Amino acid sequence: MAGVSSSHDMGLHVEPLKGRDIKTMFSLENEGGYAYVFAPDVDFNKRGSVDCEGKEATEINGEIRELIKSGHGSIVLENPGAKHSIIVGILHRANFIVNGSLGYFGCGLLDGPMVRISGRVGWSFGENMMAGVCVVEKNAGSTFGAAIRGGDLVCKGSVGSRTGIDQKGGTILVGGDTGAFSGFMMQRGRMVVCGNAGKNLGDSMYDGTIYIGGEIKDLGVDAVPADLTDLDKAWLTRKLTQYEMMPEKGVDHFTKIVAGKQLWSYDNLEPSEKKLVL
Amino acid sequence: MCGIAGLIHRKGTSNVGQEMTNMLQALKHRGPDSTGYAIYGEPEKNTYVLRFKVAEQEDLDKSLKMSDEIKRRKDRVDETLKDLGVTVSELEDATEYAFRYEIQYDGDMQKLADHIEDIQGAEILSIGASLELIKDLGDASVVSKAYGLDDFTGTHGIGHTRMATESDVDIRSAHPYWAYPYSDIAVVHNGQITNYWLMRRQLEREGQRFVSNCDSELLAVYVATSLEKGMTLEDTLKKSIEEIDGVFTYLVTTKDQLGMAKDSMAAKPMVLYESDDMVALASEEVAIRAIIPHEIDTWDPYDEEVRVWQA
Repeated sequence: MAGVSSSHDMGLHVEPLKGRDIKTMFSLENEGGYAYVFAPDVDFNKRGSVDCEGKEATEINGEIRELIKSGHGSIVLENPGAKHSIIVGILHRANFIVNGSLGYFGCGLLDGPMVRISGRVGWSFGENMMAGVCVVEKNAGSTFGAAIRGGDLVCKGSVGSRTGIDQKGGTILVGGDTGAFSGFMMQRGRMVVCGNAGKNLGDSMYDGTIYIGGEIKDLGVDAVPADLTDLDKAWLTRKLTQYEMMPEKGVDHFTKIVAGKQLWSYDNLEPSEKKLVL
Repeated sequence: MCGIAGLIHRKGTSNVGQEMTNMLQALKHRGPDSTGYAIYGEPEKNTYVLRFKVAEQEDLDKSLKMSDEIKRRKDRVDETLKDLGVTVSELEDATEYAFRYEIQYDGDMQKLADHIEDIQGAEILSIGASLELIKDLGDASVVSKAYGLDDFTGTHGIGHTRMATESDVDIRSAHPYWAYPYSDIAVVHNGQITNYWLMRRQLEREGQRFVSNCDSELLAVYVATSLEKGMTLEDTLKKSIEEIDGVFTYLVTTKDQLGMAKDSMAAKPMVLYESDDMVALASEEVAIRAIIPHEIDTWDPYDEEVRVWQA
């Protein structure tokens, strides 16, 4: 993990939980515990490419791994053709540029890489992401960012239904609209939608925060509006500016949604215990 | 799981047979059991295309005398058509058990359908001025080759690759479904309808008939019945979302329209591409890429979304 000077560089973070406690979830002292033993040492200035034309997902992912093994830190995918399950299970830092669109389950199970996609993505993009950044320039399908635990997952267009279902951490940013059941069973992390949200937003959520810039069709069980604080505005401004998604009218109009009720057994856990159970 | 796909050309005709084959072949992994097409060609005046089968593919393996039986059944169909005053102007045997007739008939369509299906093993796949419904076991390349669909020219079509979950692997349970007894209406569906029996009994009490126990057939009958009552396709699709329970995305075609409806949970996938020239929809974007290889903007329709496009 050469070049890492703080836990933020590792994509990890300090998170306030309901104003009751502020807990450092990861620290540099524990860094060794979060690095994968066989993580390859890659050179980000060394660029390789994979032409996906006429190839199956297994073959494409195999070529990606071979490039990483040979030290390529930046990999370009050409002609991805909306194929499924591409760039999955990458557990270390690397840069990916996808010239085109991905299908279902793209960029799943990531822990560290930075991915930029010029097209759109299908269902379940970025599911179970632990750390890293994925930016999609166009639209995304349903269950965008299902069960992510960390990192930033960005879609500059609109996303389908059930965005961030079972979200356990990290940040989901959407430039357009999101469909029904977004934030369903959300447990931690933040979701920002600059456009409108479909019905049952935040249904059964028991922690985490959702920010909606447009209209909300209706809220799900347990989801309630909360005051948008100066801290919220500062964070939204920073994040949206970072990804060049800042709305023209700023962030003051965003509606903040939090969990109105908590599960008794979950709410009584210490933050460190929550980390263990999630 | 199943895969569905549809396309409509807004400015004239195209090789929809080949296009649908490419789309459905790209969806083979969603359902390899059977493949079906409902494609719309250029109608000839006063002519209907009748597609029917007189046996299931698997029947051929059941008896050495099945070929003779199939000939007998086909002869009975021919006799019935003659008795009803139907003129057959062209005849094709796509397979040993499935046939395509071009007919001239100005009588009661339901009577025609009922009389043919009264013959043992006979089932009408479609009757239409422009609709041709083809379905059989195997993937799109197999079905397309067997029925010679690569050269089919038309304006629009829908198709289906089936993974059998609710009923048998046979042609009877394959999609699309023709909306008996109404010409030129077909449906493909991905999902499960949970109030199937309740809805089916209601429609049966109204005089509708079902040829299979596949829940998708309900949609075809439901849509056709509503259209017959004078509702528009768009209103019919909206009403279906209120009245039909379950998780589903389905496509409907009429002689000049393509429609889609998505349930209130948005639980089944659909990707949509729309341009001035054409509209293409499919369970997965790979199917659209099979006919439009360059980068395009696509999106997922939302829950309870209904769309209708005109040819």
